[in-house]
Amino acid sequence: MTVTRLLNGKVLSYRSAQLVYQRHYAQTASIHKVLVANRGEIACRIMRTAKKMGVQTVSVYSDADENSMHVAMADEAYRIGPAASQESYLRQDKIISVAKKAGCQAIHPGYGFLSENTEFAELCQKEGIIFVGPPASAIRDMGIKSTSKHIMSAAGVPVIQGYHGEDQSSDRLKREAERIGFPLMIKAVRGGGGKGMRIAMTASEFETQLESACREALKAFGDQTMLLETYVQEPRHVEVQVFGDLHGNYVHLFERDCSVQRRHQKIIEEAPAPGLSAALREELGQAAVRAAQAVGYVGAGTVEFILDRRTHAFHFMEMNTRLQVEHPITEMVTGTDLVQWQLQVAAGEPLPLSQSDICLNGHAFEARIYAENPVRGFLPGAGPLHYLSTPSAAQDVRVETGVRQGDEVSVHYDPMIAKLVVWGDTRQAALLKMKARLSEYNIVGLDTNVDFLIHLCGNPEFAAGNVHTGFITEHEKLLLAPRQASPELVAQAVVAKILSEKLLAERSAKTSFNAYSIGFGFRVNHELVRPLTLLYDGQEIAVEVTYCKGNQFKMKIGSKEISASGSLLKKEDGSFELLCSVEDLALQSKVVLKDGCINLFTKDGSWQFSEPEPKYLKELHDMSGSEGMSGNGAVSPMPGIVDKILVQEDQEVKAGDPLVVVIAMKMEYVVKAPHDGIINKVLCNVGQSVAKGTTLIKFLEQQAS
Amino acid sequence: MLKTGRYFVAKRVTLKRLYSFDNATVIGSTPDATCSEYQSRARALRAASAAVRAATAAAAAGGGAGAQRRLRAQGKLSARERVARLADPGAPFLELSALAGHDLYAEPLPAGGLVTGVATVCGRQVMVIANDATVKGGTYYPVTVKKQLRAQEIALANALPVVFLVDSGGAHLPSQTDVFPDRDHFGRTFYMQARMSSVGIPQLAVVLGSCTAGGAYVPAMADEAVIVRRRGTIFLAGPPLVRAATGEVVSAEELGGADLHCGTSGVTDHYALDDEHALSLARRLVANLGPPAPAPATAPAEPPLRDPEELYGIVGTDIRRPYDVREVIARIVDGSRFDEFKARYGQTLVTGFASLFGRQVGILANNGVLFSESALKGAHFVQLCCQRNIPLIFLQNITGFMVGREAEAGGIAKHGAKLVNAVACADVPKFTVIIGGSFGAGNYGMCGRAYSPRFLFMWPNARISVMGPEQAAGVLAQLAQRKREREGGQWTLEEDQAVRAPIQEKFEREGSPFYSSARVWDDGVIDPVDTRTVLGLSLLAATSGVTKTHSQFGVFRM
Repeated sequence: MTVTRLLNGKVLSYRSAQLVYQRHYAQTASIHKVLVANRGEIACRIMRTAKKMGVQTVSVYSDADENSMHVAMADEAYRIGPAASQESYLRQDKIISVAKKAGCQAIHPGYGFLSENTEFAELCQKEGIIFVGPPASAIRDMGIKSTSKHIMSAAGVPVIQGYHGEDQSSDRLKREAERIGFPLMIKAVRGGGGKGMRIAMTASEFETQLESACREALKAFGDQTMLLETYVQEPRHVEVQVFGDLHGNYVHLFERDCSVQRRHQKIIEEAPAPGLSAALREELGQAAVRAAQAVGYVGAGTVEFILDRRTHAFHFMEMNTRLQVEHPITEMVTGTDLVQWQLQVAAGEPLPLSQSDICLNGHAFEARIYAENPVRGFLPGAGPLHYLSTPSAAQDVRVETGVRQGDEVSVHYDPMIAKLVVWGDTRQAALLKMKARLSEYNIVGLDTNVDFLIHLCGNPEFAAGNVHTGFITEHEKLLLAPRQASPELVAQAVVAKILSEKLLAERSAKTSFNAYSIGFGFRVNHELVRPLTLLYDGQEIAVEVTYCKGNQFKMKIGSKEISASGSLLKKEDGSFELLCSVEDLALQSKVVLKDGCINLFTKDGSWQFSEPEPKYLKELHDMSGSEGMSGNGAVSPMPGIVDKILVQEDQEVKAGDPLVVVIAMKMEYVVKAPHDGIINKVLCNVGQSVAKGTTLIKFLEQQAS
Repeated sequence: MLKTGRYFVAKRVTLKRLYSFDNATVIGSTPDATCSEYQSRARALRAASAAVRAATAAAAAGGGAGAQRRLRAQGKLSARERVARLADPGAPFLELSALAGHDLYAEPLPAGGLVTGVATVCGRQVMVIANDATVKGGTYYPVTVKKQLRAQEIALANALPVVFLVDSGGAHLPSQTDVFPDRDHFGRTFYMQARMSSVGIPQLAVVLGSCTAGGAYVPAMADEAVIVRRRGTIFLAGPPLVRAATGEVVSAEELGGADLHCGTSGVTDHYALDDEHALSLARRLVANLGPPAPAPATAPAEPPLRDPEELYGIVGTDIRRPYDVREVIARIVDGSRFDEFKARYGQTLVTGFASLFGRQVGILANNGVLFSESALKGAHFVQLCCQRNIPLIFLQNITGFMVGREAEAGGIAKHGAKLVNAVACADVPKFTVIIGGSFGAGNYGMCGRAYSPRFLFMWPNARISVMGPEQAAGVLAQLAQRKREREGGQWTLEEDQAVRAPIQEKFEREGSPFYSSARVWDDGVIDPVDTRTVLGLSLLAATSGVTKTHSQFGVFRM
């Protein structure tokens, strides 16, 4: 039997192909059932490979995930507790007991949750279950930043100037700070994701920033040990994918550039990093392999470097001892399946390829699609996915997601909806493809960053590869500039609205002999002129529509007069295809109607139009005296869980005073007093999950002054 | 086996050909658009249509821009805006008698101060009657009463729920002798409300302004009523009359505002914050009218094969110029298909079956003066449609029944009577469009106003009078001449002219569609190209009303 395998477009020799085949065969004999201790897209991703390999899959789920995709996909699924991750996905005991009950040989932790938890890795070992990941010692060594830097320094990996000492007295820290120089980064040793991290630009700022970092770290990690480091301005975040096996083999699979971040979280990643010389690439790879060797690393790991944007000098930052979110771009440019590698290595097999077999082919991008509002500081969101359609997967397009239409993005977990991964021959080709595919990622129900990503992909600086970690802040004005709805776009929305009214009326009439079919928009001896007000991005757009013969309309949008016509076709997924002629321009777009909103999807992104609420409705709400009135209270700016209530009833507060702390998606948000006043009622409890716009604190009615 | 196979093949071919014959009833032809006669006819009829459109636009402006501004300042919507908000967005509105009151009184009375028509509300066909407060404060002139009664009559005939959008100062006091005492005056509107409600035709009222005196009975007699806070008032006598009668000083709001009527008196049932709220509540009332009558099966609709725009050039405005009425039918019915009945008999009346938006209809259309045979054929065809429950459409273009010794000897009086009898007694929905002349007894035989068609419309070129202007002038001139000759005088050509001219002028003026529509002799003047749509909407209105009920109750002690 001849087995050939396509790698980087080349057919490997029969010999190595056979080798791959044999190893594959050997491996499946030892791990034939794996528990995936995770949720969402990564759980689905892991199971996809496991299924391909013939390995049975077991899912675990919390109450919030009962109907989710990762549960549906698994061969078996076990409930492990309530929604909160502390009580479900982080419950080591429950996961181990499920693994035993289900007869799993291995547990794959995915990323996040228990993936970098030393105790869990040890527990697995004790219980005789393979932990798909590095040895516990490597996790521990790399998890403590000061330790990791000592090890790296010793292994000859360039490390950034800093103080990683145990003397945490403020005098000592201050002295060290002065030694290292400014700007300076103060970072919690156990920190991550930007938490417990501050920058001191000058010596005078140092103390306040230090205090602030300590406070945050103590709260988040229960440890306020700080490290100090030279702060590289406008650095690039470049990381190298490494792999080790139990036989002492190490390879790297080239680097990824994850510089473009918001809120210190990655948003778009690419492989390889743009603008690197072959020599530098080689140097980075070597350094990463040395790093892995230094800790006796096994499995998939990522060595992160800070790369000076100008000098291209690089320094070790940290090592992530797990499969990274952005691993698919490495897979795309190396033609590998890293989850398969992980399982093979975990089963004790040697690495499937040697360093010389691994070549870099083309360019890949990954865009992370989040439920968040870029304009409001990338505030995370949650909610239902009323409508969801994705670009179709292909050889060069991967849609990594754990949700389907009708699912909900929960407040309990990460708000990432999906990862869109594309591959192209060149960076330019891949970027072009990414932008086009993003415009096919259509979501209705919650705010997403898709339009922002489209905008980002079209940014000339990004296209030129001039990335660094402050990229979004630097180009904020441009990237987050409010988009104007052109008259052509408004015309499309209006045509969609009007034609959908007709379509729905005809449908509900249940007979072709109905008023709309006979005389759509008909008036005796005059034309129907209909005033319409659309809301776009909080702004009212007044439109006057004249119904002409057939599906033709004349519109007055502002001072502009436009003639438009169109046809609307209902699709099976509930959306509409709109073909619209605006003046001499033929346009095609997708329309999703939901709750009175017109969601228009064009090649430039999504556009949501709604109609202003009639005046009387607001008064009716007020009259009904519901507590949801936002006029005299403080509301939650996002869906989340109440973490802390900082005020009591009858307390007097000043405008801007913190009232409540709401936590959503790893992020803390302080709800502040909108005005001076006296607290009348606290309408929430600690631990309660609240929807966006929920009134949390009610003020006493104020006398008119 | 082989033989059978061949047989089936042959048979299938035959069947296919038979089916294609079924479709071979397309009528009409393509006119020569370059012909000067065609072009001048087109120009003339287009101009006549444009005149009607201009008059309609003027009427639609109501009391003018100033009055509309004042309305808006009060936080109110205009009558037409109210109708639009009540109706489903983008749905057609079959407005009736838009030219009522046109040049009728010394002062202008746009649309008679009332907007009426069949609207689609929550998918149902309803009759809307909306006062226009910008026209004389929404008071009832004689023609206003007539227009409202006609709308109510249509609602009754077609079992259409009625929604009143009330904003009226009541009867126009200076016209009291023509609006109050007689049978078909103001009181009749409430009589109609009561009678309609009694047979299960819903009566809904939305009080958006004043509702004084007799007007108070509109909401009071409605099945359900909505009133707008601080705008709507209902009382039998307003504050001035109360003060005059009893000396009591009271504000309009205290006397009959929404708070009083929704909270204390119970005269109204639903409390609205503003016009928009009131109309959205009214939509809910309509939505709660219970399930509509099930729609009968309908074939797919098909536009006419022949272009309706060609009607202008075919028809023109000179009603003495003949054309084949089949060309008109071809531009109204589905696929221009027409299954003609008795095509070779009584050829001055064209009869046959066609479809309108997929619904079968019977059509009677004049193609010349009515002879005995034509009348008999018409009577026969009307009976056929009644037997089969097929609605009837009359395309009226008739100078009258044939006159003269031969015709009389042939019994045209009794034969014509058969057609009149059949039309009068036909209970299927009847629709009449006067597409040309409507003179004399021809008007009766072709379902004129007196024969209760569900709807009656006129084209801008139409003329209606007891006889043509020339004939009338001729008859009166002859009578004058005979009288003069009896008195022994001489009858000069000048005298003849002096008698003829004013008569002819009077008949011309009074026969015009503007004159007719101003007096609500018809339900509106329509553009010929809209005929298909208007007839379709009329047919829809006639076939989608409520199922009449007749609930019996014992005597309630109230």
